[in-house]
Amino acid sequence: MQEGAVLELRGISKFFPGVKALQNVDFTLRAGEVHALMGENGAGKSTLIKCLTGVYPKDEGEIYMAGHDKAVNIRSPQDAQNIGISTVYQEITLCPNLTVAENMYIGRTKGSVTHWKQMNRGAEKILSELGIPAAPGQQLSSCSIAVQQMVAIARAVDMDCKVLILDEPTSSLDESEVAKLFNLMRDLKARGVGIIFVTHFLDQVYEISDRITVLRDGQLVGEYVIEDMPRVQLVSKMLGKELGDISGIKEQSDASVDMGSVPVLEAEQLASTAGIKPFDFSIHKGEVNGFTGLLGSGRSECVRAIFGADRTVGGTIKMNGKPVKIRKPLDAMKNGIGYLPEDRKLDGIVGDLSVRDNIILALQVMKGFFKPFSRAQAEAFADEYIKLLEIKTASSDTPINSLSGGNQQKCIVARWLLTNPVYLILDEPTRGIDVGTKTEIQKLVLQLAGEGKSVTFISSETDEMLNTCSRLVVMRDRKVVGELKGADLNQDMIMATIAGGEAQ
Amino acid sequence: MSTETKTPVRKESRSVGEMLKGLVRQQMFIPVAALLALVLFNLIADPSFFAIKLGTNSAGDPVLTGYLITILDNASELVILAIGMTLVTAASGGQDISVGATIAIAGSVMLRVLCGANASSTMQAPIWVAFLICCVVSMLFGAFNGVLVAYLKIQPMVATLILFTAGRSIAAWINNNQLPIISDPVFSYAGTFIPGCPVPTPIFIAIACVAVIFLVLKFTNLGLYTQAVGINAQSSRLNGINPEKIKFLAYVILGLCVAVAGYIKVSRFSTINYSVVAKDIEMDAILAVALGGNALGGGKFNMAASILGAYVIQFLTTTLFKFNVNSSALPAYKAVVVIILVVMSAPAVKAKLGSLRKKNGSAKPAKEAA
Repeated sequence: MQEGAVLELRGISKFFPGVKALQNVDFTLRAGEVHALMGENGAGKSTLIKCLTGVYPKDEGEIYMAGHDKAVNIRSPQDAQNIGISTVYQEITLCPNLTVAENMYIGRTKGSVTHWKQMNRGAEKILSELGIPAAPGQQLSSCSIAVQQMVAIARAVDMDCKVLILDEPTSSLDESEVAKLFNLMRDLKARGVGIIFVTHFLDQVYEISDRITVLRDGQLVGEYVIEDMPRVQLVSKMLGKELGDISGIKEQSDASVDMGSVPVLEAEQLASTAGIKPFDFSIHKGEVNGFTGLLGSGRSECVRAIFGADRTVGGTIKMNGKPVKIRKPLDAMKNGIGYLPEDRKLDGIVGDLSVRDNIILALQVMKGFFKPFSRAQAEAFADEYIKLLEIKTASSDTPINSLSGGNQQKCIVARWLLTNPVYLILDEPTRGIDVGTKTEIQKLVLQLAGEGKSVTFISSETDEMLNTCSRLVVMRDRKVVGELKGADLNQDMIMATIAGGEAQ
Repeated sequence: MSTETKTPVRKESRSVGEMLKGLVRQQMFIPVAALLALVLFNLIADPSFFAIKLGTNSAGDPVLTGYLITILDNASELVILAIGMTLVTAASGGQDISVGATIAIAGSVMLRVLCGANASSTMQAPIWVAFLICCVVSMLFGAFNGVLVAYLKIQPMVATLILFTAGRSIAAWINNNQLPIISDPVFSYAGTFIPGCPVPTPIFIAIACVAVIFLVLKFTNLGLYTQAVGINAQSSRLNGINPEKIKFLAYVILGLCVAVAGYIKVSRFSTINYSVVAKDIEMDAILAVALGGNALGGGKFNMAASILGAYVIQFLTTTLFKFNVNSSALPAYKAVVVIILVVMSAPAVKAKLGSLRKKNGSAKPAKEAA
């Protein structure tokens, strides 16, 4: 093993039927460093982590840990935990119906007796140390996603790990929570813990990481020290190609929006059971706009109300000037509205169904119960969009849950494009997706607008919104607090509006 | 669904080991293998098991006899129930344990309509009217289960426990606890033979039901919706499907299946025994679904595999009867076989079998090289 290394992976390979997920990948983690693991969707990041933590058996290669003479044999996540490798996964893997404290100690109590008091006291201490707003006795599902994530991290931290793996830990955290997490990571670094940090956020990589390892198509591209690696170069290493210039396209599409015309969709005093304050909203033909605000500010709830995903309790919706009744998603779909939900796993994909069935689902439902598409027709639709969006899948028959996150997301995008909507709502379409696909989706949004469709684009990354949207609705505490357009549309102004002081 | 089981066309160059592995992965593998094993066992033990003879019954009509005919005949109710149970399982992620009891209700309703209030042995109404009323009543009871499960979100097993417990009492109450007997031979046609046709009628009814469900699955989106709802109800809803309606529909369809099975049951004996009729059939129906490799937690389903599963269960029962297993000991013997089958079809065991084959496959070339 190298000097100072806590963990070394040598020549790791992993094969799935028809796919070489990892080929001969090396990876070295030193004590007290934050090491970013980067790559596109399907590059093999998650697979590498899963091989390391014993979720998947690796097909080839060796794993060395500091303090072990020989290669360690990790056959289960329990093994990994025992030798000091802790993981916080992208998707929360805790038990929602247990308490916070139970979740932190589950699988780690010694013997058959649980000391509840001790457990709760221990949990309380860690939670307060890390500044996590949760009580030990609280049921986990009653915490926000962000807090659940932090509990998962607290659990890992509490296990005295030598190697901490954070797989997309920040994708559901807002900025202040990210800052808290980073403080915690720096603290752990100082204690000599090696941290593997998987993320798609370049800013965060440059803020916290010491080194970067880049994977592409299951192969190692290289390991770099952060100071020697300009961003542009990193992105091109990940993609293996140059990024297109996106701002150029935006200028063109902006000009074609006629703000004086009758809006495609106009909502007045809309309110839903999800608890948002009545809001007004409109969008014109060919326009791209967005909702912005901190996590939990109600941006998703707004679009869910428009789509009929949450029951509306007041207000009206007009499409092209005519009032329409949207009581349930199908009403919205029949009026030409498409909605890509925020939570891909829970609301988006239908897990065990094939890529094909997932793509045709919405159009099929619109066509009707008694009019199924022929197999050939469905196949043609699926193949068309697999090609168009470059979805990486073995075939259209593959179950969607065996695809990587980004490719799953593309399937959901394909599902709605297939319905040929006049108004498409994309709620966090780029979450947990690599830079390349992010850019592709942004380009696609602008292209759709160019074709005369209206798009609402929601993202946690303000950059993306600025790239694509010509108008932003700003939200705070479940209330619309401002609307920004033209010269006001910049990072500073958004921050100011979110923070307070009405934007008028 | 049936279309999912088709083996994709693959290259000829695949090794035998890989082909076997692919075969094991197929959902139809377990029921087909079980059927072959039973056939093989009977072939070795007593080939006369497969003999089919043309004889005459007490009325002097030609009828086919033999164990195979018995299997096909007696499996009919189970096959029909397996159809509905598959849909209920897939959509609601749980099972309806009240089907045996509701068969008693369905049968009782038929007899009540046919025999009238004084339980006369001559028919007081046309059979089709009685059957129609029986269908409506069964579907209403199915709807009752459906409302509990789909709209009140009660766990299927708990919800259907109500009728499981109360069903047979309701059945007895419908006929004032009398046991009406129908003497008209026409009534017995559905459960026995139509004069002149040597094949038992239930076989045709089962085939008809199977044909209907496959046509429905082909010409509607029942399969897609049911699976989508079973896998992820929340995302189905956001795609315009009404998950509650689909779950409800599954229970109503099962209600219809119960009506048909109930008609066959009472027609077999031209009477009914409330506490014995279709006893424990719910467990066999659930077993048929499981044997077909369908997840009892809902989601994807394979209708053909469930139906084959139902026939396998009856094959097993008849084989045990043939070897003079005491009817009270039958469940124990059945359980042993079921354990083997279910363990074989468990994903963990399948994966293990797959990896064993892989090792054998990779060991071979090494030997050749040596």
